[in-house]
Parts: sequence; structure tokens; C-alpha cells
Amino acid sequence: MTSRLSIRRIRRALPTGRRAVVAALVAVLLAVAVGWTVRPRGPELRTEAAMLTVRSGPDGQQPVDLDTTFYLPEEASPGHQVPAVLLAHGFGGTKESVRDDAEEFAGRGYAVLTWTARGFGRSGGEIHLDSPDYEVRDAQRLLDWLAARPEIRTDATGDPRVGVVGGSYGGALALLLAAHDRRVDAIVPMITWNDLSRSLVPDSAGGPATAGVFKKGWAGLFFGGGGSVGSGPAGISGNVAAQPQGAPASAGPPSPDPGAGPGSGPGRAPGPAADPSCGRFAADVCAAYLRIATAGRADQAAVDLLQRSSPAGVLDRITAPALLVQGEADSLFPLSEADANARGLAANGTPVRVAWFTGGHDGGDGPESDSDRVRFLTVQWLDHYVKGAGGAPGNDFTWSRIAGFDALDRGLVATGYRTTDYPGTGGERRTDVAVTGPEQQIANPPNGNPAAISSVPFAGGLSALLDGVAGDVPGQHARFESAPLAEAVDVVGAPTVSIRAASPTGEAVLFVKLYDVDPNGAATLPNGLIAPVRLTGLPQRLADARPVTVTLPAIVRRFESGHRLRVVVATSDQAYASPAEPVVYTVAAGDAPVALPAVAGEPIPTAAAVWRWVLVGLLAAIVVGLVVVVAVVRRRHRRHDSSVHPEYADVPLVVQRLRKEYADGFVAVSNVDFEVHPGQVVGLLGPNGAGKTTTLRVLMGLTQPTAGEIHVFGHRLVPGSPVLSRIGALVEGPGFLPHLSGLENLKAYWRATGRPEPDARFAEALEIAGLGDSVHRKIKTYSHGMKQRLAIAQAMLGLPELLVLDEPTDGLDPPQIAEMRRVLQRYATDGRAVLVSSHLLAEVEQTCTHAVVVNKGRIVASGPVEEIIGESPSVLFEVTDPDAARTVLDRLDGVRVLPGSNGQLVVDTNGTARSEVVAELVRAGIGVDRVVPRRRLEDAFLALVGETSRGSGDR
Amino acid sequence: MGTSTVGTAAGYRPSATLPFLAEFRRQASRRRTQLALGFMVLLPLIILIAFQFDSGDDDNGGGEFGSLISFATSGGLNFTLFSIFVSASFLLVVVVALFFGDTVASEASWGSLRYLLAAPVPRARLLTVKLLVAAAYSGLALLLLAGTALAAGTLRYGWSPLRSTVAAELPPGEGLLRLLAVLGYLAVVLLVVAGLAFLLSVSTDAALGAVGGAVLLWILSSILDQITALGVLRDFLPTHFSTAWLGLLSTPVQTDDVVRGTISSISYATLFWALAYWRFTRKDVTS
Repeated sequence: MTSRLSIRRIRRALPTGRRAVVAALVAVLLAVAVGWTVRPRGPELRTEAAMLTVRSGPDGQQPVDLDTTFYLPEEASPGHQVPAVLLAHGFGGTKESVRDDAEEFAGRGYAVLTWTARGFGRSGGEIHLDSPDYEVRDAQRLLDWLAARPEIRTDATGDPRVGVVGGSYGGALALLLAAHDRRVDAIVPMITWNDLSRSLVPDSAGGPATAGVFKKGWAGLFFGGGGSVGSGPAGISGNVAAQPQGAPASAGPPSPDPGAGPGSGPGRAPGPAADPSCGRFAADVCAAYLRIATAGRADQAAVDLLQRSSPAGVLDRITAPALLVQGEADSLFPLSEADANARGLAANGTPVRVAWFTGGHDGGDGPESDSDRVRFLTVQWLDHYVKGAGGAPGNDFTWSRIAGFDALDRGLVATGYRTTDYPGTGGERRTDVAVTGPEQQIANPPNGNPAAISSVPFAGGLSALLDGVAGDVPGQHARFESAPLAEAVDVVGAPTVSIRAASPTGEAVLFVKLYDVDPNGAATLPNGLIAPVRLTGLPQRLADARPVTVTLPAIVRRFESGHRLRVVVATSDQAYASPAEPVVYTVAAGDAPVALPAVAGEPIPTAAAVWRWVLVGLLAAIVVGLVVVVAVVRRRHRRHDSSVHPEYADVPLVVQRLRKEYADGFVAVSNVDFEVHPGQVVGLLGPNGAGKTTTLRVLMGLTQPTAGEIHVFGHRLVPGSPVLSRIGALVEGPGFLPHLSGLENLKAYWRATGRPEPDARFAEALEIAGLGDSVHRKIKTYSHGMKQRLAIAQAMLGLPELLVLDEPTDGLDPPQIAEMRRVLQRYATDGRAVLVSSHLLAEVEQTCTHAVVVNKGRIVASGPVEEIIGESPSVLFEVTDPDAARTVLDRLDGVRVLPGSNGQLVVDTNGTARSEVVAELVRAGIGVDRVVPRRRLEDAFLALVGETSRGSGDR
Repeated sequence: MGTSTVGTAAGYRPSATLPFLAEFRRQASRRRTQLALGFMVLLPLIILIAFQFDSGDDDNGGGEFGSLISFATSGGLNFTLFSIFVSASFLLVVVVALFFGDTVASEASWGSLRYLLAAPVPRARLLTVKLLVAAAYSGLALLLLAGTALAAGTLRYGWSPLRSTVAAELPPGEGLLRLLAVLGYLAVVLLVVAGLAFLLSVSTDAALGAVGGAVLLWILSSILDQITALGVLRDFLPTHFSTAWLGLLSTPVQTDDVVRGTISSISYATLFWALAYWRFTRKDVTS
């Protein structure tokens, strides 16, 4: 008992129930949130930052300082040697750009060496554009360094087990290093070039770089210290921050990082002798750039220099298995670059695998699904070929297509596809679509201004605006359109178109693009990719012109049915250098249709597919749970129904040892027993707060008793017991729907009982209510008394065998009260019974056949009213001399004077006739003013409620 | 009065109490039900009239919202989509919270709940019927909104393909299917509000408290969802996937977030409803 009390005290000290639950919930949520935010991130690893001096250059003797960071997994030690990854950054970046990836690889058990390439950041030296003599040789020295580390696993002395990973500038380094150093075990070059001259001075008609069209936009960005150009897809390459994505046609770019360019590295200022026009570029690279940018064309020397920095010529020397990752939204190093690398490597028998993702130099990371795929492929590749764990990755080709915007974070969503073999940019099969149009004359604007806009390097948020800006300048482009497509075409690869052109100068620089035009005329240039061509030897007249086949940049796009293809031939483009002289060309469609390559691939199921099974499982669990709960409830229900107490089968109500204790510890009813038999009108009498209403609440199944039992016609009563249908009740005042009329309320109530309408006896009930026409008015217009009468009528609907009324006369006027008494007395015939609660003694006295007096949750008296009301053995005397009277009375045999108030004597006559007692008093000379017989009920009740309470005042 | 052997009044069967239609009519007669449904009809018409004032040259801002506005007048389907879009984040939440939060609490505040329970309508049955009727009215509100918008929009702007920036044009037939899918997903998302409001409804006698509480918690969840610092925790917010229906407009349909949103909503709704049943079948009705 003490323990229960102490628990109760504790409970009281705490915030009450629901508030406590809410507070606890909030506290838990906060704790989880805080824990999540401050949780330790990433695996344990050690890092060593150091400035390493390596010797390279053509003679291998020129020292240069490289800023490096070495990441070691915790478990790495001379006793437990780990494989290594050499992680190269993109152009304009530093070792910090790839920190996240380095940590990721280190977390997967690789020692990772990152460094800032020469010419960038705090490293020394000049930029030689991945020259074999400089950058590649630097990297070879780093391999030496790795081989000397005791924690690194080696294949032979001086030959570390190492993979090289990098994006863009770093990707080309990976290829070139693998070509020049056999110690490299695997490479993952991303978004990088095959032939730098073709990338910067392309010609999509297949001409040499010396006849190409200068990609001045990108080249300028590189040279002029633009952004941290060149990172691979997110998660692997590094420095591409999350960024807003533009339209699918021109998705967002890597985040620009002004100030990190070659000319403005922090730390090391350019030497005093530095040429302001060259910054940290090596003199030969700088001179080549200046020549190309000035002329708008590349000379052979410049092309030679760029090709020296290109993997194209040395692919046959690479034996390290290569995973080539290239971006679809990349106007700098388009998919054809990776294609050329893949073909070159495959020709040599080197294991090679190709993956395309929807980002790139223009498109950034691409969606999460792409990043995840690239990360998975990279790790799989390194694990197999470097660590020696996991099966052979195979050479299947994966790619993805923008499917739309993500509904939640507004990013792009891509669907991944795969097929067993890499088919190249030519695709597996081709769909031919004819485009038509008249021959058109187009003008080349002087100095390339105004120019069409296809893509803007590093457009960032601007790229979303490109839809509005992008377009061709009137008079400077020709259009050739197809008929609406009968069915959708999925393009994977490089489409080709055929054009014819004539030029008065015999030469023309043209930009060919393929638009997707929807039925409303809105044209989209996939990924902003265009094909520049420089045509030479052109005739003056179109009639003499021969068709030229132009290979457009490879794309991944679905051309919906009903859309048209539009081939546009333009004379200028913002991103390219075009001839300065104004010329007018004539162009026409060639002899061949547009060939659209396709690859049959199966969609890659995303990790999210598992959620579908979770959903199915959840639904199944809910259904099973429901069935189980319903079955259990039904079974329990049946068990309840079967128990009929034979002794009480004909007794409307038996209440036994009823106790109700509320959650806050208040005991409303402590011990109540009584019975209601057929034909009885039982009054539950007690002052306010005696526990009457609580008893009735329990009786109506509204409240669970703490202890005790109630039987109604022998059925044990629990909340919702069907036997409640035999009870009509008015508990705690009326409860009606305010917007319905009285009659509608009764009808609505009866419908809710689900019983047949004729059983309700509406007419009889309404007669009792006596509301007349008011019964058709809305409840909200009713007075309290009217509601009360209607509530009594509702309780009587269906003439229940037991009628329970809580303070029925509340709000009624005297004539109605009198009428109500008659009604109740009449009602308790035909075996029916009535239980009335009241705090009015007179009411119980006049209405009831039996009474139960309760106070403070206990029964004080009970029995037939006549018996209780019947004469009590006690009599109240008012006498002139109470003291004398007391002496007289004490002498009488059996008579006992009870403690009474002044001037009055309450006497227990105990069988002695009142007349005799009076005679004795008079005989003793004591004047008797009043003799009032007392009644038992009154005795009991007055003792409880006192003279001041309303209960007695009403008498 | 004849008494049956099972000890009930003649004609009384627990499973026949509070028939669905009876409860449906009880709710139908209420002014707030009529107003809520009426507003669902009125809203698309108000939007339609508002568009008539559009001079066509104002900037509606970027993002998919702007695009939905600019496409709203391109056809009946797009107009419907727009109407759904503007009401999904708040109006429908309030309406659903109203139907589910008010249903038990208002009975408690009128005092009619104890008479239903004493009739007796079994407590679980009372909740089930109330739940189904509230669900029926919520569904009706959703359909009324979409139906009116579709009818009014089609009459005014014609029967055109469904357009959006996230995907290619959808032919009207398929567009209608997508629209129905959007409505379906929206209904699933709103289950969270329904569950929460219902739980509050059985816990309090103040109808307004239940409705307001549910809406308030929904808003709180939406605000927390804006805080990207919460990271993965946001996935557990009931509102996190509430806009995933936009994915149903793209081609191919993006169902990943829709599926996750469905899981989240159903889990929350099941939890809330289970708590509501657990609580209500045990609680002391003292109102």
C-alpha cells in the first residue's frame, strides 16, 4: 500500500498523462536529432600532409615541390599492407578538391595519395597540361614514394599495388600515367579527353584538328583562370558541390571557383619573371594557346603539343584495366572522347568498361542515382583489379537518361540502363528519319557577332534561363524538319546528318544541331551539344555541292512520338570561333536521312525498388494484424456474452461492491451495493459529489469501474455490453446535435441503435416530452428544461426495461415535475424498473418506491421508501425546560435522549408510545411545545447534508 | 417488451448499430460539412475567375510552381492539376483534419457521445463507422475539387493534353489517368493528417483542438522538412514525401518517392489509428 501511495505521489509530481507523453516524445526527437548532427562521421583514418620534392622534367632532374596529403586507413601497418589509390584532381583544383573521395576510398581500405598538380595551389612548377615529361613524371615519382611506404602492398620491389583515379585533367593523367608506367594496376579516368586537340579544335565532319573550329569558350575558361574545371561525377571526383540543376537540356555545371585558377593560386605567387599573359602556364603551352586563340585555328605545332598531352597516341601501351566514365552533359569532352579511348584500349586487349552518366562538365554530378552507380562501379573496379577482392566486374555498358525532375528536391532524376557489350557511339541499330526543307541562304556575321547560344560553360543557375536565351539568330541559320514521329525513338549514341553547302569563299564554318521539337513548337537542344564543322573546297552554287556527313555529339534522349526532329545549320555560336569575314552560305539537306542510333538496354533497378517490397510487406502486416485483432476481440466478446448469472437473471440491476478511483487518485465511489427489481422506482439519493453520477456512468458503460460488478438481467456489464440496449438512460444532462430538430435528434438516435423504427414508439415518447410543435425546432433554440424533457423522451424510446435517469427534474418547473413523477410511477409497471438519481429528498420521497442514500461514495441507507420514510423510533421534543425533561426521560425505561440542539430533545422512544412520553413530561410539570416524529430517511439524509444545503432548503 | 435469449433488447444487434448511412446523414446535416464540401466546389471556380484577370505579362516566378501556373490555363487537365497543387499543401489538410478531427470530439462536446455509447454502439464500431464516414467525406471533398476543376477547366480551356515542365506532354486520356494517380497519392499522404486528427479527436472534447492540433503538427513537420541540416531524419517526417506526386507527372513515372511516401503515410496512419482505437476503447468517457 505504501508503495502504491508513493507511486501515486510521484505520478502527481510529474506532469499529467498526455503532456508527459508529448514532452517525452519531443525530448526523444530532439535527442535523436542532436545525436544525428554530432555523430562521428566517416571511418577512422590517419592523414599526413607533406610537401614532397620530386625530380622530373625531360631529364628527370628538375626538382618541383608537390603539396600532398596521404590518407591511411586505421588498419594499415607494415604488418597489414594495404593497396593504394593515386587520386588526381581536375584542372584548377587542388588536393583539397578530392578530400571527400580520398576519405571514402580510405574508408574502404585503400591508402590514398592526393596531391596538387604542378602549377596549381601551393605546388611549384608550371602547368604543362599533363605532359609526359612533367605531370606524368611527377606522378611516377609519387608511385616511387608509395612503393617506399611500408604500409603499402607491393607487387615487386618499387612496384606498389595502385589504382589511379581522376576526373578531367586528373583522368587524362590516369591514362597517360598508365601508358608510361606499367606499375599502375587499374585506372578510372572520368570525363576526360582522348585527343585534346580534337576536344579544343573539333571538326565533326572528321577533318584534322588543324582544320577544326576553335572551342573558344571552354579554352578561354581554362586559360583565363576560370573555374575548377574538371571533376568527375560526384562522390568520386570530388569538387563538384551540390548545385541547382537546370532544364534537362542544359543541366547545371560544376560549381565555379573563381580565384582558384592557374593564374591566381594562393600560397605561391608567380615568380617575378612570370609573363602576365601566361600566369603559371609553361611557356610553350601558353604560346600555343595564344596562337590558337588569336587565329581561331590551330597550327600543326600547337596540335602536336596538345596531342603530346593526349592519351590517343599511347593507348596501345596501356595494360591497366580501365573503367571509363563520361558525362552526357559535357560540351568540353563529349562522349566521343571516351568512345575513342575505349576503342583504343579494347583494340589492345586491355579490359575496359564504359559508363555514361547524365552530368559532365556542363551537367555536374548528375542525379544521386548516377553518383551511386559511378561510385559502385569505381569501387567494384578497384576492389577487383587493385585489392584483389570481388569477382571480375565484366564489361557491360551502363548509361542513364534524364527522366525529369525529382519531385522532392527539384534535382534531376535519371533512369539507369545497362546492356552486355559496349556498342560505341554508333549504337546497335539505327532509325532513319528524313528531314526536309528548302535550300536556305544564311549569313555569317562579322567577327561571329551576334552568335547563337547553345551552351554556356559554367552557366550554373543561368542554364535554366537558357531555354529562353538559347536559340538561333534569324538569318544566320537554316532549318530542316521531319514529320512528327509515329512512335517514340530512344537515341543512345551519335546521330549523323547529311548536309550540302555552297560558299562564295569555298570554305564554311557551320554548326549543326539536332533539336527535339514538341507538338507545341517548343524546341530543345539535348544537353546543348552541337557539331562544329569546317568545310573546305565548297562550290559557289549549291547544285554542285556534294553531301557531307556530319556526326553529331552523342546523346541519350527519348524523342517522344508526335515530336519532330529539327536539324539546324547555323553560322555562329557563342562557344566557338567562326570566321571574321561576313559571307553568305547556301545550305540544303543532304542525300541521307538523320540516322538515330539506339541501344537496347534493360533498366537498372534502383535501390528504391526494395521499398516496393517493403510497402507490400507493410500492407500485408497491417491486414494480418487487423484480422488477428478482430479475431481476438470477437473471441473475447463471445466469452463475455455467454456468462449469465442465474441468480440475477430476472433482476434489472444488481450493483456489487462498486469502486471507482480516478487516475488522479480521487475515489468517487468506494463501495456501493444495491439492487433494482422489476416494478421498483429506485431513488439514488445523495448530495452533490456523493458519487451518484459516477455510479451511473459505470452503469452506462461510459467508465470502467476499478472494482466491483454490475449485472443487468444477469448479464455482467462491461462498457458496450449488448444488454445496455435494455436500458434507457439520461446521464449528466441531455446531449443532442444542436443543428437538428428535436424530432430529428430522436430519429437520428434511434437509427444509431440500429433497431427497427416501429419499436421506438416515438409518439409515446414525444407525448411524455410534451414539447408540442417545438419538437420541429432546432435544438439550439431549446431552453434547458425543453432539452431535459426531450432527453427523458429519448431515454424512454423503445420503452426499455430499465430506465436510468440522472437528476430528471433538473430545469423542470413544478407542474412538469409533478407530471414527471406520475410518468415514472406509471413506467415502472409491466415488469419495468426505474432508477432515478437525485439530490432532492422530496423528489425521491414522492417518486420512488425504494431509495438508496449515498454519501462520499458509500451507501448510508437503503430500502423501501415507506420503510425509511416510515416513522422512526426517534421523536423531536421542544420543551420549556430541556434539563428537567432530560432527567424525566432518563428515568423512563428504554427511552434514550440523543444528543440534540439547544431547546430541542431528540429522543429514541424505543417502543414506548409518544403519548406516554408526553404524559410523563406534563406530569413532571414541563411544558411541551412541539412533538415532531422523525423519519429514518430524513435522519440519515440530514445527518449527511446538513441544514444549510440545498437538499434540505427545498423542503 | 420481448427480450431475446441473448439478453439484448428486441432487434438490437451490435453489428447493426450506427449504420454507415445513419452516421453519413448525421454528418451531412452539419453546416461545417456542407461548407467544406461547398468550398471544394467553389475554389476551382474562384481560381477560374481569378485567371480571367490575368493580363498575361506578370512573372509567376520560377520552379515548378511557376510552370504549373503558366500551364494552368492550357487545358482542363492542367487547370485541375493547378487546383490540386494550390490546395494540397494546406486547404486539403485542413479539410481532412476537419472531417477526422471533428467527428468524435464534437459528439463528446455535445454530450451525444455518451448516449451513443449507452445505446450501446460498441466503441470499436463507433470508431470504425466514424472513420469510414470521415474518409468518405474526405474522399468526396477531393473528388469534388478535382471534378469541379476538371469540368470548369475543360469547359473554359478545352480538353487538351496534360503539360508540365517535368515531362513531355501527355495525351488527355493518359493525362486523366495520371491525374487520378495524383489524387490517389494525395489521398494516401493525407492519411497522416487523418490519423493524427482522429487520434486527437478521441483524446479531447474540443473539436477545434483536434482539428487545429492536427494542422499545427502538419505545419510543424513541414517547417522541419525545410531544415536540410536534419539530413536523413527528414525522411521520417510525415510531410517529407507530401509533394512526391509531382513525380507522377514525369515520363517514365517516378514512383520511388511515391512508394516511400506511401509507406511513410500508411505507417503513420496505422500507428495513429491504432493508438486512437487503443485509447478510445479503454478511456473513461466523462464528457
